[in-house]
Amino acid sequence: MTEFFQSLGLTFEAAWFIATIAGILLIALPLMLAVAMIIYVDRKVWAAIALRRGPNVVGPFGLLQSFADGLKVFLQETIIPSAANKGLFLIAPIVTFTVALLAWAVIPFGPEAVLADINVGLLYVLAISSLGVYGVVVSGWASNSKYPFFSAMRAAAQMISYEVSIGFVLVCVVLWAGTFNMNGIVLAQLGHGFGIVNAFAFNLLLFPMWVVFLISALAETARAPFDLTEAESELVAGYQTEYSSMSFALFWLGEYANVLLMCTLNAILFFGGWLPPLNIDLIPWFDIPGFVWLFAKIFFFFFVFSWIKATVPRFRYDQLMRLGWKVFLPLSLVFVVLISGYLMATGHYS
Amino acid sequence: MTLQVVAFYLFASIVIASAVMVILARNPVHSVLWLILAFFNAAGLMVLLHAEFIAMLVVIVYVGAVAVLFLFVVMMLDIDFASLRAGFVKNFPLGIAVALVLLAELVLGIGAYRAGALNLGAAEGTAAPIPMTSNIESLGAVLYSEYLFLFEAAGIVLLVAMIGAIVLTHRDLRSPRAHQDIGKQVRRNPDEATIMTQPAVGKGVDL
Repeated sequence: MTEFFQSLGLTFEAAWFIATIAGILLIALPLMLAVAMIIYVDRKVWAAIALRRGPNVVGPFGLLQSFADGLKVFLQETIIPSAANKGLFLIAPIVTFTVALLAWAVIPFGPEAVLADINVGLLYVLAISSLGVYGVVVSGWASNSKYPFFSAMRAAAQMISYEVSIGFVLVCVVLWAGTFNMNGIVLAQLGHGFGIVNAFAFNLLLFPMWVVFLISALAETARAPFDLTEAESELVAGYQTEYSSMSFALFWLGEYANVLLMCTLNAILFFGGWLPPLNIDLIPWFDIPGFVWLFAKIFFFFFVFSWIKATVPRFRYDQLMRLGWKVFLPLSLVFVVLISGYLMATGHYS
Repeated sequence: MTLQVVAFYLFASIVIASAVMVILARNPVHSVLWLILAFFNAAGLMVLLHAEFIAMLVVIVYVGAVAVLFLFVVMMLDIDFASLRAGFVKNFPLGIAVALVLLAELVLGIGAYRAGALNLGAAEGTAAPIPMTSNIESLGAVLYSEYLFLFEAAGIVLLVAMIGAIVLTHRDLRSPRAHQDIGKQVRRNPDEATIMTQPAVGKGVDL
């Protein structure tokens, strides 16, 4: 995009600046729209599994429900509890929302369509997603109220626990792809499964890691069945209890942007990102632009997330901790050794 | 070039300002949050040095894990601010002494730097970054060849720390304190977990 603006007669720096701003807007604005629509999808899927109708009043098929909710929230009064720590209370939702947007900078939507094609792309995603916990912890503490505080404690422990196993799963993928660059990881999956399937998930050694990653992603984004940070039967609404109006909406948007990010990581790391599913030339699907495939895969994983939310009962907190530390951590450690051993033995790097 | 200069001064001034605020903040939770801001901007400085791998590690390890645990502990502390200030006069001379020592060290450090840095020599293989390889590759090439023993020694130190933490929190499973048998919980089925009774009016149920 920088070249395009340079061809308009701008200097390189000015062109780079405008191109970057345009790129940020091109990612952030559709992402916000996607979050609004995905909230609608979540409610519809959840309703369908519970044999209800879900939102069906605002707009055709209730499609505009999220926008109506957004407008309602926007017009509400922002209430700050008098005992709250005001500065931190207001900063916390902004942190959650900003961090949820930041990680999208390195997501490849096509061979060339990356905002920042850096060679530590995956580490960047890991670093940014590890920041997500601060929004929850700070909001819980700043609310100066019992339930948000419990929620903050739970969130801090839960997110750190599952980040460890996510880290090892990413190491497994990086070992096989040989790069931290997101586009490099996508390209390493071309014809990976038996020369036909463009996905890491059909590799016998990486398939268990995909399962671990999928479950850890649920825990990392505090989705059901691991939504203990906002377990409504125990903690009212968790860290969001004292929030209202736009500050509440920012939490909401940030949370769903994070869920979408985890679905995207699933698609990129294990299901070939913007590559078509099969590496066969019979059908001209390499002509379909990459982002269509990526969006289809993201949507599929989001459906799986909603499906799990509607069907699986909530974990107890000690079960959650046990799963993270006593099952996933040893399992992913064993697979790091196993995969690196296999790759060395078969001469993958020579 | 100008953009790098602007970014450098932005990151550097935020690092210094938030480091000062770590000390000045009255509330320990605010101190930890300022510390996190300092870490984060230090990572930004690393990126400007083309050390993006180190920058990401700083964010993942310090901001993402260590500082969260800091915050976790500090948030749970029930601090009485009045008692903190009570010993101010008593500890004042000691504080002045420590401050003087630190000041002397700073002056010495800056003086030594002005006089020309010590030439400690460079180990073989550490000279210049290898062109056209990524940060991670050149770091790995040095770490797993030149500094392999130091790297493994660091690993052993971490292992000892880990074993220490496990020993400190270890509970003997044979002790009479309650512990859960997850397998037993999973194997439970409705037949053995529930009973159907028809108690007479006014009579309880024997469990």
